[in-house]
Amino acid sequence: MDYFAQQLINGLVLGSIYGLIAIGYTMVYGIVGMINFAHGDIFMIGGFIALISFLVLVSLGLTAIPLILLIVLLVSMAITALYGWTIERIAYRPLRHSFRLAPMLSAIGMSFVLTNFSQVSQGARVKPVPPIITGGYTLHEGPAGFAVQLSNIQIMVVLATIVVLALFTWLVSRTRLGRDMRACEQDQTMAALLGVDVDRTISMTFVIGAALAAVAGMMYLLYYGLVDFFMGFVAGIKAFTAAVLGGIGSLPGAMLGGLAIGLIETFWSAYFSVEYKDVAAFSILIVVLIFMPTGLLGRPEVEKV
Amino acid sequence: MSATSARPSHAAQPSGSAFILKKALISALVALVLFSLMIGIRTEAGPQGGLIYWTRFGDLAALVGAVFGGSIVVELLRQWWGPVDKDRVVPKPVQSAMSFAGRWLAPALLVFTFLVPVIFYNQRYILDLSILVLTYVMLGWGLNVVVGLAGLLDLGYVAFYAVGAYSYALLATNFGLSFWVCLPLAGILAAFWGVLLGFPVLRLRGDYLAIVTLAFGEIIRLVIINWQSLTGGPNGVSGIPRPTMFGIPLTAGDDGLAAKLGIEFSPTHRLVFLFYLILAMALITNWVTIRLRRLPIGRAWEALREDEVACRALGINTTTTKLTAFATGAMFGGLAGAFFATRQGFISPESFTFQESALVLAIVVLGGMGSQLGVALAALTMIGGFELFRGLDQYRMLVFGMAMVLLMIWRPRGLIGHRAPTVFLERNQAISSDLVKEGHG
Repeated sequence: MDYFAQQLINGLVLGSIYGLIAIGYTMVYGIVGMINFAHGDIFMIGGFIALISFLVLVSLGLTAIPLILLIVLLVSMAITALYGWTIERIAYRPLRHSFRLAPMLSAIGMSFVLTNFSQVSQGARVKPVPPIITGGYTLHEGPAGFAVQLSNIQIMVVLATIVVLALFTWLVSRTRLGRDMRACEQDQTMAALLGVDVDRTISMTFVIGAALAAVAGMMYLLYYGLVDFFMGFVAGIKAFTAAVLGGIGSLPGAMLGGLAIGLIETFWSAYFSVEYKDVAAFSILIVVLIFMPTGLLGRPEVEKV
Repeated sequence: MSATSARPSHAAQPSGSAFILKKALISALVALVLFSLMIGIRTEAGPQGGLIYWTRFGDLAALVGAVFGGSIVVELLRQWWGPVDKDRVVPKPVQSAMSFAGRWLAPALLVFTFLVPVIFYNQRYILDLSILVLTYVMLGWGLNVVVGLAGLLDLGYVAFYAVGAYSYALLATNFGLSFWVCLPLAGILAAFWGVLLGFPVLRLRGDYLAIVTLAFGEIIRLVIINWQSLTGGPNGVSGIPRPTMFGIPLTAGDDGLAAKLGIEFSPTHRLVFLFYLILAMALITNWVTIRLRRLPIGRAWEALREDEVACRALGINTTTTKLTAFATGAMFGGLAGAFFATRQGFISPESFTFQESALVLAIVVLGGMGSQLGVALAALTMIGGFELFRGLDQYRMLVFGMAMVLLMIWRPRGLIGHRAPTVFLERNQAISSDLVKEGHG
């Protein structure tokens, strides 16, 4: 039971990170209808920028950890958001009215560019950081000496996810920009006729998605204590799986899918085998899609002839 | 989603040096922010395990300057070229010359390909490269059946390539079966896996299909890595037997081909043999595809690509149509995989990553989806271009990714934008590929 509780905590933390990335996929898919393959690499860039800015701040002599973390968060969100904006501008906007596969291949190309850009600019080796947030609580001491631990960093990851999600939900449901986004999702031509700047709204979608990915990248850095240039690919595929599992285009679905993938992965590694955890996550995706072809919360696509 | 409507209007764009300068300045500013930390500061794990960093502001300044200059050049080029979708008047003689070239390009290319081993007999590098290009041509033609004809977006094609390669490698090393026995077996096994993938995705459309095929490709790769007792895990399978020429080995020994023919042995013989082997396999793929397109099943694939609902209304069994498309495409992938294994003599999971799937898909899309000649040209461009950049070393993949983005922006419909229709009434007329639906699943 204690072991189960511990795995539950670990799975939820991992799932939060996946969910944050998955939202970027699902948002872009909902509005532009394309798979942004470069999104996983945006997450990786976010992690790198967090690492570098952290290093610079520490060497500048800052010691207050909360202040450092706040600045790192803002810097990495801002710069990564600019990456998202630039990529949309360069690689996707010229292809917006092209046929479906063109932006997808352009996105795959962009993903190669980002992966190799960070490999060339920062080197291929794994970059470790010392644990920044330490300590934690022991929730329950088992009879066999197994203690259920809840570390401060885990609390922080979950808290940050909740805060970011609350902000994001407010943005989508209450602000002008959110209304524009929902309008563009339903009908771009009509939205344009009613005075919504479609180009700007799509740009903002990429910016917000990238900023959320940057938060995920920073959380990953803090939680696992390392970044490397190739981490975007696996995390990206998992998050995309999460988005599809939850029903692509649905924002709560993305978070739900993220949590589901995180839990599946953690429990599978805990009770069966670590090697096959990704196989388990992908297999469950396939099984779910056989029975629910539009994911857990997705709307069925109505085909008009 | 109505992403296809409302083309952007190319209204009079502002011009003049002030505008160009402003645009270049903005680009440079964006580049400065983007690269400030990633280029300006280099991190590395220090000797004590902690991280150290040093600054590279010179590189940063050079790069931002390059972006500034590049932006001016691009903007000048754009103004000189005019709006992108303007119809350009091509002079009549040029038009007829181009259509003449278009008609004779495929036969000329074929004759040239047959002559490659004769012309480049002493250049091992070129022979090796052309074998590689032909392997990708075959893969492209195989995937073309699934994506180009049946319109099913497959992001995990490399799985079948892997199944074929491992089938041959394991059967040959464990049971001592010869290449010619294993080749059909590899094809059948891959086709079987194609059907196995086909079943769960029957009801899926579009991007759901894409992610499931991607997941399938990853599952196969992960199983190969982790099932160490069977596949050797990350170490791969080595000592895969080389192919024989119908039982006669291409070795220096007494029973080798050279000794039998009474000529001096040379390792190039095997390369030439491999070259003609993959050429024959690729041509068979091409021939089978062309024939299949004229059969009811090929017509059904193309009908499925255009409209699944109409397809059902006409009484076409979409289940078998989809499954045969997956099986046929997978079979060609498996055959190419068996060839890959025998050529390399060593295979490992590293050869079967998502990158390969993306590369083959890029070849199919760049080839204009459905155009057999286009796929061959695209394979030549992509693989040949990739080899050209070998000297760039670590920048190679970076350049490759950029080229992929630029090619897509330049020709989203592929290098060959027109295709001959499969069925026509009275008059054979080339149709623009803009009119063809693709990848709707």
